[in-house]
Amino acid sequence: MTITSPSSAASQADVDGPFLQVEDLTVTFPTQDGPVQAVKGLSYSVELGKTLGIVGESGSGKSVSSMAVMGLHDAKSSEITGSIRVGGTEVIGLGESRMRKLRGNAMAMIFQDALAALHPFYRVGDQLAEAYAMHHPKASKRDARRKAIEMLDRVGIPQPDRRVDDFPHQFSGGMRQRAMIAMGLINDPSLLIADEPTTALDVTVQAQILDLLQDLQREFNSAVIIITHDLGVIAEMADDVLVMYAGRCVEYGTTKEILTRPEMPYSWGLLSSIPDVTASTDARLIPIPGNPPSLLKPPSGCPFHPRCAHRDKVPGDLCVTELPALTPASNRAGHLKRCHLPNPQEIYQLEVLPEIAPDLAEEIR
Amino acid sequence: MSQDPNAKVGIDVSEVGANAAETGERDLSDHVDVVDDHEAFHEPPDFHALAEHGHVATQLDLDAEPIITVDNLKMYFPVKSSGLVRRTVGHVQAVDGVSFQVPRGGSLGLVGESGCGKSTTGRLITRLYKPTGGSMMFEGHDLAKLSTSEMKPLRRNVQMIFQDPYTSLNPRHTVGSIVGAPLAVHNIVPKDKILPRVQELLEVVGLNPEHYNRYPNEFSGGQRQRIGIARALTLNPKLLVADEPVSALDVSIQAQVVNLLQDLQREFDIAFLFIAHDLAVVRHFCPEVAVMYLGKIVEIGDRETIYGHAHHPYTQALLSAVPDVKQAAIGGRRERIRLEGDVPSPINPPSGCRFRTRCQFAQEICAKVEPPLLQIGKRHKVACHFAGELGAHPATPVTTDLLGVDDQGSPVPGATPSNTQLTGPGYEKTWYDLRSKQTTGV
Repeated sequence: MTITSPSSAASQADVDGPFLQVEDLTVTFPTQDGPVQAVKGLSYSVELGKTLGIVGESGSGKSVSSMAVMGLHDAKSSEITGSIRVGGTEVIGLGESRMRKLRGNAMAMIFQDALAALHPFYRVGDQLAEAYAMHHPKASKRDARRKAIEMLDRVGIPQPDRRVDDFPHQFSGGMRQRAMIAMGLINDPSLLIADEPTTALDVTVQAQILDLLQDLQREFNSAVIIITHDLGVIAEMADDVLVMYAGRCVEYGTTKEILTRPEMPYSWGLLSSIPDVTASTDARLIPIPGNPPSLLKPPSGCPFHPRCAHRDKVPGDLCVTELPALTPASNRAGHLKRCHLPNPQEIYQLEVLPEIAPDLAEEIR
Repeated sequence: MSQDPNAKVGIDVSEVGANAAETGERDLSDHVDVVDDHEAFHEPPDFHALAEHGHVATQLDLDAEPIITVDNLKMYFPVKSSGLVRRTVGHVQAVDGVSFQVPRGGSLGLVGESGCGKSTTGRLITRLYKPTGGSMMFEGHDLAKLSTSEMKPLRRNVQMIFQDPYTSLNPRHTVGSIVGAPLAVHNIVPKDKILPRVQELLEVVGLNPEHYNRYPNEFSGGQRQRIGIARALTLNPKLLVADEPVSALDVSIQAQVVNLLQDLQREFDIAFLFIAHDLAVVRHFCPEVAVMYLGKIVEIGDRETIYGHAHHPYTQALLSAVPDVKQAAIGGRRERIRLEGDVPSPINPPSGCRFRTRCQFAQEICAKVEPPLLQIGKRHKVACHFAGELGAHPATPVTTDLLGVDDQGSPVPGATPSNTQLTGPGYEKTWYDLRSKQTTGV
């Protein structure tokens, strides 16, 4: 797999442009305590055949933004502004009946908890067949069932013609996840959103599912969004990475750029707070202090400033007073960051890297 | 040792709690709502101070005596038939002959896929289940044989931290009564002394001691896990069973909790049995690791051996399945050993080697003879007929001489098994060298 230059999040849309184009997306939920802005001014794009990884803590808005793409927010209890174009169709403000034609057909979603996402009372095959029949009104019941068996076979479930009549509880965790992937892919969607697709699974099953996702993406040439907090999964699956914090994009770029030359202290924090299975044992585990902020009363200025350990390197109290703009990073085009630090490269290589990966820091020197 | 846990009252909390103090979790000042959490920051956290409190991987203490010695531990759960007369029709062999030692003040990691029996092992050691067979020697007592009433005074020594901080705390009890309950149950301190001890414990785990009268729902996931840890620490245990203590937490919070556990281990000299499926976290926390598959330990050894020179095909497959952040520099996915299918049913496990149905090296002998957990290095044991480093598995079984069988696994007439060092807990001074097929020593 080669990594081509990323389409900049800010670039203009054109007709043959990215399949999914999200621009200035803002999702607000009115609550009793006031409006909660779960996503603020988010822009990104995904081309066909490419994978975008979205990382961030829980509550950072990564799931909310992708549910907005799928049109899963109730219009009565949420306000969505901005623009989401899926294959040229504007999704925001689209009527429910037209949305239904799109959802499950041109775009599909895979959820984290397969046991909760599959209906316990219906047979797996019937649930798959329903997804097919819904978008193929002319298909007979037998066609739909045949298609369900074909998809179960495609995702590697043994004896699909027998397992098609099983209930979800008769499947193991990995098989349920496969069945859900089969359901998502039954109508050959061009956009697949996988929300923590492997978080609840064992590493061996996770590897199988990731292999499967990659094979299927190659086969159907679909655009894929993977939402996860596992940077290892991102490193192996994604072409581009979007780091989210408190509803905003704080860093965006190719996977290689973001994971080897990150320029935003939150990304450093994510990298330093997970141990690596091949790292030197002298590497320190440095947590991000504190907890994610409340979106009801987000911090002033940069939303990360209360937890940022590098705030003292920014002159004055810029971090507290002013929200940094999403500006190009110092090293390469297409790498965007939201941070006031004037010399992030230097700080990362001289201060952060020696603590979190002493072996890597040696190599660079 | 004094019976009163308050005898240790002079703990230097500034040291232990410092890590959490940095995190600002204590900044939930009294009358401010949790929502205003971040408002309490005035000074920016200093990166170098943070880095100081971050720990490097725990090192192995070679001289530590074992605190618990588990020998041939078994747990079979009966499977009942349906209908009026519920006869036992089989057994789930959840744990089938597991032996290991946990050094005093050290930690042993237990890894494996779900359903391999690692959590059951943890629950056996805390005696939440009564084992079907085997022994667990803890300070001269065999925990496996004790009755419930005999067990009670010993329970304070072995405590547990649970995976899910949302379901392991009673939502209708205050933090004070949750953390103080063990003191009342074991009748250790008078009622009026419970509160000071609870507050001290909350401070030790990095929570605000004033929050003893709050309910669990007022805390975040990481803070709840800290409450669970405080409860486990209440009775000054010597052994903590941590069953997936961080897997339910956010990434940034995981590191806080792992660092806290390392602080506590150093401060109070607690031994850990650390159960997790995240191989990277286990590598960081545990200098010794045991890999379980379908109720048995297939490989056990120190960190460098297991992660650097694994000899069992299952360990190698597990390690190759872990996604690696460093792969970003290269791009694409790393080469991996694909394990097909799922773990077989423990009700009717495969004959011989239990991993053979998914093993690419499996031959006839693997179905006929179960490989012994053989010591092949100073601190390394493996249960495989074809044990070898990745890419260097031998073509013929290495265990034939020891077991008195030929390469197909049929008994050789007249041959006597020369195996003298089978599956005991701990490590022997001598081991079986795979290259020379001789027993060697230091």
